[in-house]
Formats: sequence, C-alpha cells, structure tokens
Amino acid sequence: MIDDTIMDTAPTHAMSRQYFENQNERRKLNIDYEEACIEVKNLRLYYGASDPTLKKVSMKIPARRVTAFIGPSGCGKSTLLRCFNRMNDLVDNVRIEGEVLLDGKNIYDRSVDVAELRRRVGMVFQKPNPFPKTIYENVAYGLRLQGIKDRSTLDNAVEKSLKGAALWDEVKDRLHANAFGLSGGQQQRLVIARAIAIEPEVILLDEPASALDPISTAKIEELIYALKERYTIVIVTHNMQQAARVSDYTAYMYLGELIEFEDTLSLFTNPSQKATEDYITGRYG
Amino acid sequence: MDIDNQRLGRHISQRFNNELEDLRNRVLAMGGLVEQQVADAVVAFASADAALAEQVIVKDMKVNSMEVAIDEECTQVIARRQPTASDLRLIVAVIKTITDLERMGDQAERIARMALHIVDQDRVRRVGHYDEVRTMGNYVTAMVHDTLDAFARLDVEAALKVPRDDLTADRQYDNIMRQQITFIMEDPRSITRSLDVMWAARALERIGDHSRNICEYVIYLVKGKNVRHTSIEEMEQTLLGKR
Repeated sequence: MIDDTIMDTAPTHAMSRQYFENQNERRKLNIDYEEACIEVKNLRLYYGASDPTLKKVSMKIPARRVTAFIGPSGCGKSTLLRCFNRMNDLVDNVRIEGEVLLDGKNIYDRSVDVAELRRRVGMVFQKPNPFPKTIYENVAYGLRLQGIKDRSTLDNAVEKSLKGAALWDEVKDRLHANAFGLSGGQQQRLVIARAIAIEPEVILLDEPASALDPISTAKIEELIYALKERYTIVIVTHNMQQAARVSDYTAYMYLGELIEFEDTLSLFTNPSQKATEDYITGRYG
Repeated sequence: MDIDNQRLGRHISQRFNNELEDLRNRVLAMGGLVEQQVADAVVAFASADAALAEQVIVKDMKVNSMEVAIDEECTQVIARRQPTASDLRLIVAVIKTITDLERMGDQAERIARMALHIVDQDRVRRVGHYDEVRTMGNYVTAMVHDTLDAFARLDVEAALKVPRDDLTADRQYDNIMRQQITFIMEDPRSITRSLDVMWAARALERIGDHSRNICEYVIYLVKGKNVRHTSIEEMEQTLLGKR
C-alpha cells in the first residue's frame, strides 16, 4: 500500500517535510470526512431490568467502508451490530433508547417496515445457515419472497450474486444440488450470496470466519474487500489480525461502551486509549 | 498511547513478556559493546595503542554477529506473535536501532584501523597532537551512552537531548576540519597527520548522527510519532502538539 508517487516525485532536499506530511494526510483515512451510512445516537440497550448492555453509544458507520468491532466477550459488539437491523426486537424484554439512523432516518421509528429494513441491512452469522434447499433456491429465496417469478431474471440474479460472493466457479455445475453438500467455507459464501441477491445497502457480519479454516477465511476476507466497493460492511470479530487485515475503521468496545473508534492503521499502530492498547497487545489492564 | 517500562511487561502471555524483555536486553548489551568499542577506538587512536586497536577490530565481528542474531529474533517474534501497537513499534525500533549500532561499530573499527596506520608509519612520538580527536571522542562516547540510556528508560526527554548534542558534535567536527586545513596550509609536511585526524573526526561525526537516529526511534517507540528528517524545533513541536 505504499504510495509510489511519493518515491517518484518527492523532493530530495530538507524542505520536503511539509510535502511528506501532506502525502501522509492524504493517504490517511479520516472518519470526519466520510459519508455516514449509519449513525448511532446515544444508544442505550437494556436486557430486562439489569444495567444497560449498551451505554450511550454514539458513532458514525461510514458508507462503502469496512468497519470492524472488536472487544472482549460480552462487551456489546454483537448486540450493537444486531441493533442495525433490529434483530434485538426478537429478544424478550429488550428496551432500546436513542436512535439509529440509516441514511438519516431512524430505524426505530414506528413507521419503519422491519422486513424492508432487513432487506436493506443484510446479516451473516458465525455458523453458515443455508436453507435445506438447492444452491440455486437458497440464493433466489429473497427474490421469490419479493414476488419475482421470471425465470431469466432469477437466473441472472443467482449468477450475479454467486459471482459477487466468489462462489460461482465452484458451484456453477451443480446449482441444483443440496446446499448442505457444500463445505463450511462455501456455505458461508453462499449465505453471503443470498444476502447480496436482494441488493442490500449494508451487510452485517457476525464472526463470519471464526468457524472456517485459514483458506476459507482468506476467501471470505477477499470477498469482504471486493464487496466494499458497493456495500457498507460492518464486521464483528474476535480475531484482531482479521480486523486489522480487512477493515478500514475499527471500533474497540468494552463493557458496553465505545472506547475508541479510529482508522484501523492508527488503532493498531498507535491507539490513543490505554484500554485499547492493553486489549490489542494482550495485556491485562 | 505512550508506553513506559512498567507497562512493557504486562502481557497475559508470560513467554511474550520474556521474549520482548530478552530482545531489549540484547539490544542494550549490543549497545554497551558498541559504546566500549567507540571509547577504545578513540583511546587507541589518540595514544597510538596498536594492541587496543587490534582488539577493537576483532571485536567488531562480535558486534556484527549480534546484529544478525537480534534481527533473527525480531523476525521470530513477528512470525509468532503478530505484535501490535507499542509491541509492534518496539520491534520496528529494535530492527532499526541495531542497524545504526552496527554502523557505529563499523566507524569505531575505522578509527582503530587509522590508529594502526599511525603506528605503522612510526609517527607515535607525536601522540599529543591527536588530542582534539580525544576531546571530540569523549563527547561522542557520552552521546552514545545517553542514547542507550534513553532507549533503556524509554525516556523521550533524554532522547530529545541527543539531537541537540549532535549539533555540538557537528560544530566540533567543523572546528577540527578548519584547524587541520590551517595546519596543512602552514606546513605541507603535516598533511598525512591532518588527514588521519580529519578521517577520525569524520567517523566520530557519523557516530553522533547514528545516535541521533536511534533517539528518533526511541521517540517513535514511546510516542508513536515519526520525527525523522525534522529539525529539533519541529520535533519538539510534534511531541507537544496533538497526535
């Protein structure tokens, strides 16, 4: 990722300091200059009557970037992720305060159609969960739900989605075989294909590679990199190296609070918070 | 996030702590040897001590092999631990520091070879004439000592002092050059001797530059800020200003 133009055009004399600084500034990602896709405002979440699981979280998820959430178990990162497509609605006794704005509109507003929200905000889980159907039907499922019946439209969408999920070449000759015949890594990519078939804006990934071997993990990571061209991606991972590899921005959470949210390179080379430093370097606080 | 000695050894993995601690100790051991080499080389040159000069030349091989060994250890830590944040900066700082230390060792060896040259040409009787090198040599040796101290204590204040000292060393070098040119103009028979002095002073000046480099790595290690290729004023400004 070294910017070759620095090598080509850098002035060689001592006055070049300003030049280097400008170059560094340009290369660096800065959350302040990003277009927001999701904006979280003072979000509090309670499971039952206990202390809040999320304590007044505010952040801005940038559009068409990969944002990673890291933190120890129970810090609230998955809970926060699930707030983005109202998956927490399915849990009993959950109370949510604050706002989550998707493209400027609060998704917890009464007028929001949750099914439509989940179409726009797709989700992939730790364990691949294909439906007990053929590969083809898995991908076409969401489109059929939308009432699309035209064969060639479905064929095209299935091919495009499987290609988008980097699975097409491996399954094109057995589209009508049962999806359970695929390996874990292939199933996970199938689930991603199913998610992108309905053209979402955001893809939420909850530990998408933690049950996969290194090769499948690398393929998923490649896929994430390719997908950010078109989609906003939010990934929860326990694997810090994975967060460092795939994400543009990283959020470190601890005990329901957002401790630090910065561009990934800064966070992994020079975090500003002691708690973040301790966590990513494997120290006790 | 600044790092200090106390926090360095607080990894959950005790083995990782030991590896990093061992790495730092080895750098300090190598630095100690290089400091000794510089001091010995200066004495060998100023007092035309052939035996001591030989010893410096032989010991430089030890400096070289230490560099290779530490380098290897750094590679292993990266492969095994994938260090992040201050741990990553420590590894990067160590890899760069040992390169500069090794080059300081080379300069010390160069001075030692010049000492042998003086002895060979039987110019020993004029030993008192090399005192200017002794003065600058002592100054630069102290700089090397302060540099290693800053590294050991992760002390940014101390690391900032060395670049200032380096300016003084540069001035001493300029003075020696001017003085020797005057000698040469006065009496061309002093050319050989003056060249020896100039080369030795040049080597010492380079050692000062390497010390400065290492102090810049210490600042990077502690503060996470790159202050290379900047003036001292800019350095201080960067460290005072926000990240």
